[in-house]
Amino acid sequence: MNSNPEATTNGRAPKALPFSSLINNSGFMDRLFHGFTAFMAFMILLLAVMTAATLFIAAQPSIHVSGWSFLTSSDWDPVKGIFGCVPFVYGTLVSSLIALIIATPLGLGISLFLTELAPMKLRDPVAFVVEILAAIPSVVYGLWGIFLLAPFMRVHVDPLLIKFGNSTVVGLAALTVAILTVAILNSLELSEKIRALRPIEGYLYWGVGIVLGLILIGPFQHLITTYPLFKGPSTGLSLFTAGVILSIMILPTITAISREVFEAVPNSQRESARALGATSWETIQLAVMKPSKVGILGALMLALGRALGETMAVTMVIGNNPQVVSNLLGASHSMASVIANEFSEAVSDIHIAALAEIGLLLMVITFVLNIVANLLVWVTTSKYQR
Amino acid sequence: MVFLCGAASFVAMIPLVSLLLYVLLQGFKRLDWVFLTHLPTPVGVDGGGMGNAILGTITLIIIASMVGLPIGVFAGVYLSEYGKKNIFAWWVRFTADVLSGVPSIVTGIVAYTLIVKTTHHFSALAGGVALGFMMIPIVSRTTEELVKLVPHSIREASWALGVPRWRTILSIVIRTAKNGILTGILLSIARIAGETAPLLFTSFNNQFWAKGINEPTASLTVQVFTYAISPFQDWHDQAWSGALALLILVLTINLSAKVFFKNPRQLLR
Repeated sequence: MNSNPEATTNGRAPKALPFSSLINNSGFMDRLFHGFTAFMAFMILLLAVMTAATLFIAAQPSIHVSGWSFLTSSDWDPVKGIFGCVPFVYGTLVSSLIALIIATPLGLGISLFLTELAPMKLRDPVAFVVEILAAIPSVVYGLWGIFLLAPFMRVHVDPLLIKFGNSTVVGLAALTVAILTVAILNSLELSEKIRALRPIEGYLYWGVGIVLGLILIGPFQHLITTYPLFKGPSTGLSLFTAGVILSIMILPTITAISREVFEAVPNSQRESARALGATSWETIQLAVMKPSKVGILGALMLALGRALGETMAVTMVIGNNPQVVSNLLGASHSMASVIANEFSEAVSDIHIAALAEIGLLLMVITFVLNIVANLLVWVTTSKYQR
Repeated sequence: MVFLCGAASFVAMIPLVSLLLYVLLQGFKRLDWVFLTHLPTPVGVDGGGMGNAILGTITLIIIASMVGLPIGVFAGVYLSEYGKKNIFAWWVRFTADVLSGVPSIVTGIVAYTLIVKTTHHFSALAGGVALGFMMIPIVSRTTEELVKLVPHSIREASWALGVPRWRTILSIVIRTAKNGILTGILLSIARIAGETAPLLFTSFNNQFWAKGINEPTASLTVQVFTYAISPFQDWHDQAWSGALALLILVLTINLSAKVFFKNPRQLLR
């Protein structure tokens, strides 16, 4: 027991007493309550085990019949009993990737706005708007998607994508190659070893990069003509539309967690940057974003996990075509949406088992992603709380 | 750069405003008392409604709460009261976080295998249990966060007066944290009220009033989905009204959660 009852450690709450020394902790009711709540907590573990086990057992018939070919085949033929999961994994991954590409800059921009840049009066309304986005049920997004977003994409966005999308992607790919070459050459630090290079270093690297990019435009162009990314005609119900709707749905996740991560950076970091003369944007770059990289990665992984499992909105706008298509404006399918569509209508037991196997695959992927993501976010936010 | 970030916030608002406006305008056309209380009629016949769907959603929420709340709240109490340095508690917390990220359709498959396959028919019970499974991780985490916020001095004062530990937790700690716990419960209810995927093959759908929890039941979300993908204009209109009713339900619950606790979103991810 503390000799001085007022003593605290560094202004935080006093350390907890050893409970075994309390007389009022060992009665029958105390032990019963402890056991009861512990049992309830154990039920959570049981739930996780039960989820995994049930899925595994439900998928057994299909695992037995299809074996490893389930993971490599792209045939999905319930009538003949041939099942392969590749089209759905492809659709899920591509739509989630598109969603991440769209939502990451937006989400980071909004969370920076909310934590660093916005005047106090604007913070609450914007935060409120983002919260409401998170609260809207998925089926309402799907409804909006079918009747508003899909026609909008079909009429306004897709024609532009068909005309300019392919060449833009080729150009961006060439630019990425150029930037990557410059970065790699820079990291080699050749000017340390060869003095003569120093005055022309920048120009040389960029020259090499641009030449390499230009050379590669030809092959990229050929690649994209064989597997066009944007090909008409489009109905608006496509992989791309699914990606857009998913991006709206994962935006709140990215914003909320990035906010947590940015707010965990202590003010002293920002103040030091300012004291050294950094501008607003430089402060953000140096003091806020640099230490938060790991946490933001965690946020992106959690958002990816959410996008992978999103069912209803995707089902309603993805077009339900169980094939691997390179055309982003073509209909596709995703793991969750094939289960939603076919489960209640599946006639044969093997069909249901195959759908359960897809569910098992989905569960494993989201489990792994969530575990890694939670660890990343925990590592970052706890770094400053010691 | 400030402009870009501000523009990002603005861009985020466009789909939201478009969605809310459209649901409001389109849904309002057919949202009336007949819609809220009558059964669906065949296509083309007037006077159809979603009464059974609304009742179904309420039934499912009640069943889910009966499954999810006791486990969730008491697990949260265990984690915050008895589980500070415990390895068992660490595993439970970790599992709860991972479980909250599992897609809802996977929970639906679990409930299907456990209940629908064994009883050989779709039922509201199966749907409610699936939703309850989803509630458990959310409620336990929010309860834990909130009970941790109760100052330790309150507990110590109670012990000093000779109150047994279990009584302290029940009557004093939980009572102090009850606003926050209620908020967590309301947020989880709002979340499951909007769930469709697990219900598609557990509670299925029903054109009539469900006569018990062992029968399949309509729910607002599944009904909106069914009508939305149908080819009938009348059903599309009803889908918008159903979506409006659903949105009002979910947003009301979310906003009332804010009444009890200032910053509820920091409890959920």
